[in-house]
Amino acid sequence: MLRFSTWKFFAIVAMTLAAVLVVAPSMLSASHYEELKSRLPSWLVPPTIVLGLDLQGGSHVMLEVDQADLIATQIKNLRDDVRRILREEKVAISGGIGATARGVQVRVADPEDREKVLVKLRQLRNSFSSALMGGPSPLDVEASPDGVIRVTITDAGLRDKSRKAVEQSIEVIRRRVDALGTREPSIQRQGDDRVLVQVPGLQDPETLKEILGKTAKLEFRLVAEPGQNPSEVEELDQVDQEGKIAVEKQVMVKGEDLTDAQPGFDQQRSGEPVVNFRFNIRGAQSFGEVTSKNVGRLFAIVLDNKVISAPRILTPITGGSGQISGRFTVEQANNLAILLRAGALPAKLNIVEERTVGPGLGQDSIDAGKRAAYVGAGLVVVYMLVTYGVFGVFANLALFVHIAFIFAGLVLLGSTLTLPGIAGIVLTIGMAVDSNVLIYERIREENHAGRSILASLDAGFTRAFATIVDSNVTMFVAAAILYFLGSGPVRGFAVSLALGILTTIVTAVTMTRMMIAVWYHYARPTRLPI
Amino acid sequence: MKLLRLAPENTKFPFMRFRRVSYPFSALLSLIAVALFIFKGMNFGIDFAGGTVIELRAKSGAAEVGTLRTLGEGLHLGDIEVQAFGNPADATLRFGLQSGGDVAQQAAVERVRDAVGAYYDLRRVEVVGPRVSNELVQSGTLGVVLSIIAVLSYLWFRFEWQFAIGAVIATMHDLLLTVGFFSITQLEFNTTSIAAILTIVGYSLNETVVVLDRIRENMRKYKKMATAQMVDMSINAVLPRTIMTATTVMLALFALVAFGGQVIRSFSLAMIWGIFVATYSSIFICSPMLIYLGLRNEDADKAATQKHEAEHKAEDAVSAQDEAPATPSAAAEKTPAPARKATGKRAKTRPA
Repeated sequence: MLRFSTWKFFAIVAMTLAAVLVVAPSMLSASHYEELKSRLPSWLVPPTIVLGLDLQGGSHVMLEVDQADLIATQIKNLRDDVRRILREEKVAISGGIGATARGVQVRVADPEDREKVLVKLRQLRNSFSSALMGGPSPLDVEASPDGVIRVTITDAGLRDKSRKAVEQSIEVIRRRVDALGTREPSIQRQGDDRVLVQVPGLQDPETLKEILGKTAKLEFRLVAEPGQNPSEVEELDQVDQEGKIAVEKQVMVKGEDLTDAQPGFDQQRSGEPVVNFRFNIRGAQSFGEVTSKNVGRLFAIVLDNKVISAPRILTPITGGSGQISGRFTVEQANNLAILLRAGALPAKLNIVEERTVGPGLGQDSIDAGKRAAYVGAGLVVVYMLVTYGVFGVFANLALFVHIAFIFAGLVLLGSTLTLPGIAGIVLTIGMAVDSNVLIYERIREENHAGRSILASLDAGFTRAFATIVDSNVTMFVAAAILYFLGSGPVRGFAVSLALGILTTIVTAVTMTRMMIAVWYHYARPTRLPI
Repeated sequence: MKLLRLAPENTKFPFMRFRRVSYPFSALLSLIAVALFIFKGMNFGIDFAGGTVIELRAKSGAAEVGTLRTLGEGLHLGDIEVQAFGNPADATLRFGLQSGGDVAQQAAVERVRDAVGAYYDLRRVEVVGPRVSNELVQSGTLGVVLSIIAVLSYLWFRFEWQFAIGAVIATMHDLLLTVGFFSITQLEFNTTSIAAILTIVGYSLNETVVVLDRIRENMRKYKKMATAQMVDMSINAVLPRTIMTATTVMLALFALVAFGGQVIRSFSLAMIWGIFVATYSSIFICSPMLIYLGLRNEDADKAATQKHEAEHKAEDAVSAQDEAPATPSAAAEKTPAPARKATGKRAKTRPA
């Protein structure tokens, strides 16, 4: 009981000091920490505890690829491909290209033509999706005896498109969120069709949703003139006016050809907020061409299938730059510029989960958590003192180290501290002393059974240890499962709980034992003080 | 220094005798819990039911719940629940899933913002769509089931099978009663509640393991003692620790309830109930199960009974001096039931 190796002693002292050192930066006030940060080289800046979104305020937004929209887009593309093939092969069809639930169908009456088209259509598979070489086919091409050819997008093909859409979206979203200038946003894919965006410390969560929810597909098209072929014209909603406006289906220039977009003010006329943009060479050329040929006509600026404005082409615009006006507010112009710079999302994304906590509430939660932790720890400390006297002091010292270890663990793992996480810590404060209680009660019992003090101490530690391990393993398993299945705040709880369980073995067992051994060595008690 | 002792010293409560009361009692409570779950149901939060919660704080003065309710009902968002809590300036709005999918959820939040934004700050907005809530139900259920399986396999591996079965029954009991607690109090049941349930499962097993550990130790030490007596002795031995630990955890939890704020209050309340139930079940549900499951072979029990009768007589004579010396029949009365049954059953083969 009395002997333990020196290295063990120093190991524990070193661990405690290390834990205190690791935790110390997190205890600094924000301004002190900033000062420290400015003085140290970046690789030396100590990490601090990462607070969860529920504590520091922020937004957690889960976006999901809109499957209906994705299918519609893919069918549209497929229809274009089929039309191109028919034109290239000079094949006549009876009726138009019809849409099915998951693809298109055409009727090719002539069997020879049909074969030609089928070969080409089967080749479409390869270009439709490059990632699926050798995998399940992304397209089903089948012909029925009555001359109808059906091209259907398979589940595998759709999943692949969805996955690609998510990948591209992450890039676009990153550019958009970065433009907000927030700290450390996290943008991750979740499964095949979701993106999780977490942005801490936002003052205005509305703006985030504003710029996440838009596809931002920008198109410049000509407004249709009376007498144009109706199949080449569609009616679109207008943003700031009632009623629809007929525009050509053909797109003059797409948003992809923008190189820059900045908010500004209309210099010549009203001084209203506008967005100034520049085209790349390809965009500038086609825009110049179309505007030269169509002076006097209206052209529509279409964003996400809504017409923002439809100004008249007064002179050919060949300089490769222009401006979009649409009775914007300053904020709207700002957001539109961000969206245009970041590019369009490849598919429509819906918000399927949102959890937003304002900064004020976050601070309130921190305060509440701190208060609960202080009161809880205080009560437990006092209770241990009045129950176990000097042994209570040892248990309390171990408890402080235990708490330092938990926080150090959180810092080192880079795990986030959430409000349920604080609850987990408070709970482990109650549980941590359980190990001490187990040991102390065992010591008392052995002593009552007539053993000497030293023998009781020894027996208490040895016998209680097996129980402590067994009982903590069960708790640890529960925490581990919570971690793997839980999300966000609940995960924070699982981490705190698991860390608390691990450290309790070191603090409650080894540390207490050491303290008691030292105490026994110097105090030479004649009776057990508990 | 006089130290505080909450648990009486050297207790000799005959816990096992209560099993005739505790089993029907717990069975009844469990049935009530199941009935409550089926007929009254749970107050599922938006995590599992889907929907929206918005926490508001009045920009000046107190939140007017009545006005908010009228405003909310005017928006036609289905059943809208308006609650005041804590700070008088605060209120929460809660409404269910809107028809029209995820887009409609967001549109509903916008309408609320437009309606109350002039007078209230939106401090917290949580929107959970139908698919996400379904997934959360799945992962929550999976979590509870998996953790029970994992913990039990540990117990099965570490202890005799009777212990594992006893622990399962005790854990199920705690789980049912906790569900009943959520149903009867109508506390909101969300992902944090799953955390509470799993922690209760963990704590319950922790308690059970402490008792079982001692029973196993005593089983080896007192090879000839009757099971019921040995179990009683073990429980009495760990009783001070059980009371101590339950008290410290309760102290921490009361601090959480009183100061921890709205979000974790239901978690903490459930935990308090859970600690109470777990402590009860480790003593009155799990341990007696060992007797029913025949922890020891009956030969040992039978031999033990004889020995025990003799020991018990001597013990009684020493410890209870003002009682009349126990007669052999009185001592036999004290011998717990299975041991007595075993004695009777094996009477024929017993050498005279």
